Amino acid sequence: MPTIVVLVKQVPDTNAKIVVQGDRVDLSSVKMVMSPYDEFAIETAIRHKEATDGTVTALTVGGPVSEKILKDAKAIGVDNIVRVWDDSWSYLDSNALQSILSETIQGLGATVVYCGKSAADTGAGSTGPGLAERLGWGNASNVIGAEFSDSVVVSMPVESGVAKINVALPAVISCDKGDFKVRKPNVKGIMMAKKAKVELMSATAPTSSINIASHSMPPAKPTGKTFEGGASASQVAQLLRDEANVL
Amino acid sequence: MTNMIVIAELSKGNIHPSTAELVTAAHAFGGEPILVVPCTDASIADSVQSLSGISKIIAVKSDVFDGSDSSGWASALDSALPSGTVLCLATSRSKDVAARLAARRNISVVQDVIRIDGTNLTSPIYSGKANQTVSVSGDAVITVRANVFDSAGNDGSCDVSVVDASGDVKTAVQEIMQRASTRLDVSEANIVISGGRGMGSPANFAHLEAVADTIGAAVGASRAAVDTWDEIPHSMQVGQTGKTVNPNLYIAVGISGAIQHLAGMRSSKYIVAINKDADAAIFQHADYGIVATWEEALPVFQEALSAMLG
Ligand SMILES: Cc1cc2nc3c(=O)[nH]c(=O)nc-3n(C[C@H](O)[C@H](O)[C@H](O)COP(=O)(O)OP(=O)(O)OC[C@H]3O[C@@H](n4cnc5c(N)ncnc54)[C@H](O)[C@@H]3O)c2cc1C
Ligand SMILES: Nc1ncnc2c1ncn2[C@@H]1O[C@H](COP(=O)(O)O)[C@@H](O)[C@H]1O
Repeated sequence: MPTIVVLVKQVPDTNAKIVVQGDRVDLSSVKMVMSPYDEFAIETAIRHKEATDGTVTALTVGGPVSEKILKDAKAIGVDNIVRVWDDSWSYLDSNALQSILSETIQGLGATVVYCGKSAADTGAGSTGPGLAERLGWGNASNVIGAEFSDSVVVSMPVESGVAKINVALPAVISCDKGDFKVRKPNVKGIMMAKKAKVELMSATAPTSSINIASHSMPPAKPTGKTFEGGASASQVAQLLRDEANVL
Repeated sequence: MTNMIVIAELSKGNIHPSTAELVTAAHAFGGEPILVVPCTDASIADSVQSLSGISKIIAVKSDVFDGSDSSGWASALDSALPSGTVLCLATSRSKDVAARLAARRNISVVQDVIRIDGTNLTSPIYSGKANQTVSVSGDAVITVRANVFDSAGNDGSCDVSVVDASGDVKTAVQEIMQRASTRLDVSEANIVISGGRGMGSPANFAHLEAVADTIGAAVGASRAAVDTWDEIPHSMQVGQTGKTVNPNLYIAVGISGAIQHLAGMRSSKYIVAINKDADAAIFQHADYGIVATWEEALPVFQEALSAMLG
């Protein structure tokens, strides 16, 4: 019976306006939610459990406020919820975060880890493959479908099309938006989640070799030119060649 | 001084031209790079021998580079590479390999870099709604977005040394469902033309394909188009839950410009929007906006382009 872990991260709502105050992003008035791809990771993890039995543990590395997304995961149907944190941590670079995750996941005795293909804040997509490397496991990224047995057969886009790839366990699987619906919490789930206890764990983290120097807004684009009517399309074609030099 | 190492990007068995941009990026970070060419046949390295500003070329030959297993790639590269700061292109495969290589070496990875100022690296965060600049101490693995840095020149002449490597492959391809069309992928193209719900029907995407054929573009779509029409596959979707593209030119047709769509294309160098609604949000991000239906605008556009380029 597989011990399934799903990684979830709290991020600003993707509809939120992001403002920079001084040289840092100010998230004080932004609604925080679970990173969208993590919802696909949860769905895939629960499907894995349903196909093979086992348990699903949702895991986040974050401060106390990130317990909300663990409760959300619980309401959707995971069995256990774990938060890893140490008050001495502030900014965790990829090396520090993956060390923490790797230590925790080994402690949990996981057979398979699901995560999002990229977090909505970093957009990086480093965690899945980096964690797999640290654990000495295989991985697959941008996964859009999965079938479960002793291994997981995933569908993912490759250069020449969509590949079905056999991923032997243990492995880390990073999930993209799949062609399936993610389940939403029901009333019973929400009630259960209210009572659920978050298990708090700690881990050792190496010092970060990356420091945030500043945040800034992307330079505003100069206002563009607007034309009325379909006939103006020929003028735009000319400008693309003569002014923008892109043709 | 640490070594600078550029890993050439492979595309369909050849070296992707954006590899020359990585050389410029390496110079912006810290010096003349070693160019590493992952390959199954070392002769592909011939095409980069004339790149300016590289100190040597190492062709790393291994069967693993024929496949897509990132463990195989990272372990083969790791065995052949000296220590140092590594740069590669921010494509989905190379981002995976970069993350593994960094983890293997216990160093950090910084993805999707769009500006390098010494050891200060800037990447978009929150789907491009802000930028983050980090300072790096020590070695790191860095992926760089395409079309951001100028290409290095072509007046060099570097010898190629060939190293055989083996990698630790952990996954096995069972089958590949070929992409139905042979069209360019949106994430690889210099020009992308995308259609949204405003196209009215999937059959009307033929009009976008006609323009795409004229200018060598890839065809993309909004999520509304992908969700509404089975004929439009998710692989074409641009945006937060689709692909991030960074072409020289992005043409949005019948797309309203929702924040989640902008997340995937706002960093395009030039943006053209064709929309019948003058108040559509996409116009706030367009360099050239055409307020018209596509039925009116596209035939004119197509004819002008054909006349210009034909
Ligand atoms: C979590 C989340 C993730 C998402 N991810 C993505 C994503 O990755 N990519 C994405 O695109 N969206 C994404 N969306 C959806 C996004 O919010 C919008 O719903 C979507 O982008 C709208 O697509 P559209 O512009 O094609 O359609 P609409 O908003 O319906 O716009 C159609 C436009 O076509 C114009 N039009 C109509 N007829 C014509 C005509 N004849 N000629 C010219 N113009 C015409 C209209 O004026 C209108 O502006 C996401 C949403 C959520 C909540
Ligand atoms: N702090 C974190 N805690 C738990 N999971 C995380 C954390 N950061 C990233 N992840 C997981 O890794 C995925 C990719 O994140 P990233 O590598 O930052 O793009 C996310 O979608 C999460 O599933």
